[in-house]
Amino acid sequence: MTSTSTTIGELDTRRPAEHTWFRKFLNLEPINLLWLAIFLFLLVLVAAPIGYLIKVSFEETGTGVFTLGNYISAYGRSRYVSGLVNSVLLGLATAAVCVVIAVPMAWAVSRSNMPMKWLAWAVVLGSFILPPYLTAIGWILMAGPNSGWLNWGWMWLTGAESGIFNIYSFTGIVLVIAFNAFPFIFLFTKSALDLISTEMEEAAQILGADTFRTTLKVTLPLVWPSILGGIIIVFLEAIALFGVPALLGIPARINLVTTQLWQFFGYPLRLEVAAAYAMPLLLITLSLIYVQRLLLARKGYVSQSGKGGERRPIDIGGWRWVLLGWCFFIGLLAVFLPAGAIVQASLSKAWGLGMSWDNFTFDHYRAILFEHSLTREAIANSFTFAAGAAFIAISMALCVAYIVTRKLVPGANVLAFLCMAPFVIPGIVLAIGFYAAYASPPLALYGTALLIILAFTARFLPIAYGTSAAGMRSINPEMEEAVRILGGGRLRAIRSVVAPLLKKTLLGGWLLVFIPATRELSAAIFLVAPNTRVMSVLIYDMTEEGRFEVVSALGCIILVSTTFLVWLGFRLVGRDFMLRER
Amino acid sequence: MSKLVLRDVVKNYGDFTAVDHVNLSIDEGEFVSLLGPSGCGKTTTLRMIAGFIPPTQGTIEMDGQVLSSPNSSLPPERRQMSMIFQSYAIWPNMTVAENVGFGLKLRKLPAAEVRQRTHEILEVVQMSHLADRYPAELSGGQQQRVALARAIVVKPSVLLLDEPLSNLDANLREEMRFEIRRLHDEFRITTVYVTHDQGEAMVTSDRIAVMSAGRIEQIDAPYTLYNRPKSRFVAGFIGRTNFLEGKLAADKVTFDGFEIDARRFGAAFNGSDGSVRFSVRPQTLKLHSAPLANGAGGCVIGGKIVERSYLGETWDYVVSPNGANLQLRVSTLPSQVHDVGDDIWIEFDPEQMAVIA
Ligand SMILES: Nc1ncnc2c1ncn2[C@@H]1O[C@H](COP(=O)(O)OP(=O)(O)OP(=O)(O)O)[C@@H](O)[C@H]1O
Ligand SMILES: [Mg+2]
Repeated sequence: MTSTSTTIGELDTRRPAEHTWFRKFLNLEPINLLWLAIFLFLLVLVAAPIGYLIKVSFEETGTGVFTLGNYISAYGRSRYVSGLVNSVLLGLATAAVCVVIAVPMAWAVSRSNMPMKWLAWAVVLGSFILPPYLTAIGWILMAGPNSGWLNWGWMWLTGAESGIFNIYSFTGIVLVIAFNAFPFIFLFTKSALDLISTEMEEAAQILGADTFRTTLKVTLPLVWPSILGGIIIVFLEAIALFGVPALLGIPARINLVTTQLWQFFGYPLRLEVAAAYAMPLLLITLSLIYVQRLLLARKGYVSQSGKGGERRPIDIGGWRWVLLGWCFFIGLLAVFLPAGAIVQASLSKAWGLGMSWDNFTFDHYRAILFEHSLTREAIANSFTFAAGAAFIAISMALCVAYIVTRKLVPGANVLAFLCMAPFVIPGIVLAIGFYAAYASPPLALYGTALLIILAFTARFLPIAYGTSAAGMRSINPEMEEAVRILGGGRLRAIRSVVAPLLKKTLLGGWLLVFIPATRELSAAIFLVAPNTRVMSVLIYDMTEEGRFEVVSALGCIILVSTTFLVWLGFRLVGRDFMLRER
Repeated sequence: MSKLVLRDVVKNYGDFTAVDHVNLSIDEGEFVSLLGPSGCGKTTTLRMIAGFIPPTQGTIEMDGQVLSSPNSSLPPERRQMSMIFQSYAIWPNMTVAENVGFGLKLRKLPAAEVRQRTHEILEVVQMSHLADRYPAELSGGQQQRVALARAIVVKPSVLLLDEPLSNLDANLREEMRFEIRRLHDEFRITTVYVTHDQGEAMVTSDRIAVMSAGRIEQIDAPYTLYNRPKSRFVAGFIGRTNFLEGKLAADKVTFDGFEIDARRFGAAFNGSDGSVRFSVRPQTLKLHSAPLANGAGGCVIGGKIVERSYLGETWDYVVSPNGANLQLRVSTLPSQVHDVGDDIWIEFDPEQMAVIA
């Protein structure tokens, strides 16, 4: 190791100034060719479906001639217009219920000395694990008119002729969605409360305010922008949701935007009108997300003041048991009772016969897992489609995150924008866009697995991108430069350093896409053909047929697999898994 | 022959010129530092040499071959260089030995040789006992040694270092500068070293290029740079100094309150008539409590002590020559004690007064 100049002879250099284009070509990095492919693929995934949706909404059925007729049809009947109004009312009511449920929970967990805070977290997590349509089915089992458990109980207690609960109602829809959506407000409020220092509250107390007044007059106003941010998300969830309105609203003849869209997809198919009718959903989402960004961007006065301050839980005396009781009560309604009802039904010969040994059976599980090809295919479809979508989404997201953080090409931010765009597109709208763009010839993807995988990929791309970008930002570019200066190309650097370092992040991101994709209903229901049905769609179809035991068994499979995957995620990624992403 | 040549290299970011017509030529086996304040373009220059950034103008050549020009830039992986990063960039997913051996593997050397050379270089940086550790289990200084070993083991044609010591604590920093110089003396790798710490540059370098606002102000050996700074910036940036303004007329340089025969400034001084500026290091001035016998020939003037501070290794005095609106810093041995307000005689050594632009 004494001479240092021995390697010079091998140096790969060319004469200056000769054949510059040739040198340029030889000096080119292969990865620069990749971004064009990614850009095109993102156009296919995101831009084309939305572009087609808008285009189709102005086209005459069959001929493709420009027309405003679809809009006239979509908004020309009072029934259709009332669907819009009902959806807005549903969103508002759901948000209000969520605030009532979640703000006390968030305050209790963040500020008070309530015992067993883990219970609140368990309730939040449980509510995430239970997909909305399963909560709805659980509640049908409990509060279906004259048949649900709660109604039986009521009639038995009072000797009444009929039950008093009817889940097939506007109130029922609102409550069931709220039981699924309140975690958004809980998380938003809690993270804002966490940033307020005790000193700010003490300042009010020194002036003579008691704990209750301080909370009401000082603490809550400070976190109001965050609560409002949560309200917007809940509102958007509620108006774009398909499963609950379809299961509970259609029997009750309550018309909502999403169920109306579904009816336009019935026979005869009225794609063009559906596209026109979907526009308000898209526009409302776009503008509210924009408002939400503005709200949360102004959070300066919460976060900055809070960072340094000390935080002590407030002693609220006996009230802590009241708050704990509230958390437990919500847990009962949102998670334990509906999940319990589903588990019970799945193990019963007939769910209405109650819990007795005679009524106990594993038959439904045996049937769906081993006998019916329909259910077996659906289960297999769910997992393979979800796995495929998660794989494509995370690979794409990683490439884009890499290109953006390393500023490899000018205008890379366009790629990032495309990756995040589905965030402001309701799943149901995206699905109609996919149908419009790809279902019919020339591509004729209807009935193929590819169509659903692509739709799932697009739908969950923002989650994948968020995870990948965060992961990329955590890697010092010098790590890669160290590979390159020692003689490895960029791809080598990615393989030897970036990929191993991102392994956990990528696995976590993959799970974050895989989990919701295994249970997605809104995007799937418009795109599946008989041979590409997934679990969620099958559950919806069989609920309509009233086969609650089989439905429940399928639901339990979703619950068990989701719980396992969430557990896996926590094991791999740690406490931040899921809760951070939302 | 020069190993590495930067010819008129410019780097613009929009309207902003980060590197401004830099010319630099480095000999085989030479150790050159780029020294300058934050934001002066050191890192940008180094990264252009490495090939991470293409120049806006000018060329970078190695062994007579153009590596970088505005049209085309050989990617870093084909330059046969090594670099040590400010963050060390030790790969946390590989052990110490794997980190060090990585560059050798990329060169497709046989496994036995990779192991052999990895082992040898880890001995040299005194890290062989930690070869199987992961970087997370190492201290900052140890990571630094791994980074050095990893860079040197491939026998690079040029070694680049970007403020490699800035994350270490003061003691370790002192130790590592000598370590870096020792490794250079052992392997004689042509080295470009970026730092904003003049002590580091003085200890390690054969020559130092002082940069300011994207330009190289002066390139010289540490001794010359310190004693013969060519500009006010260089004189002020490297060590402490006094600036004196004088007027040259009729073979005399007239300062505020005293004058010195121009011929006494020696060969280095051949200014024409007009105003001249000097940099006078505090330790080249001498203080006497009594006027000298006539030997000093007019380079002694009376004055008063204005301020003093005791730094342990030296006294730091601020003196004001009589009849002049001037304050000078003087650094003396600890044994030379004067009180504030004392009358004092200040002796100049014209040979050690540097003319600056
Ligand atoms: N990608 C860039 N875009 C725009 N300006 C840049 C970019 N990189 C560097 N600069 C600017 O160029 C100047 C020189 O930067 P450089 O990193 O070379 O400084 P430096 O001498 O290494 O400073 P330091 O000692 O702080 O590391 C700075 O003013 C910096 O803001
Ligand atoms: Mg720098």
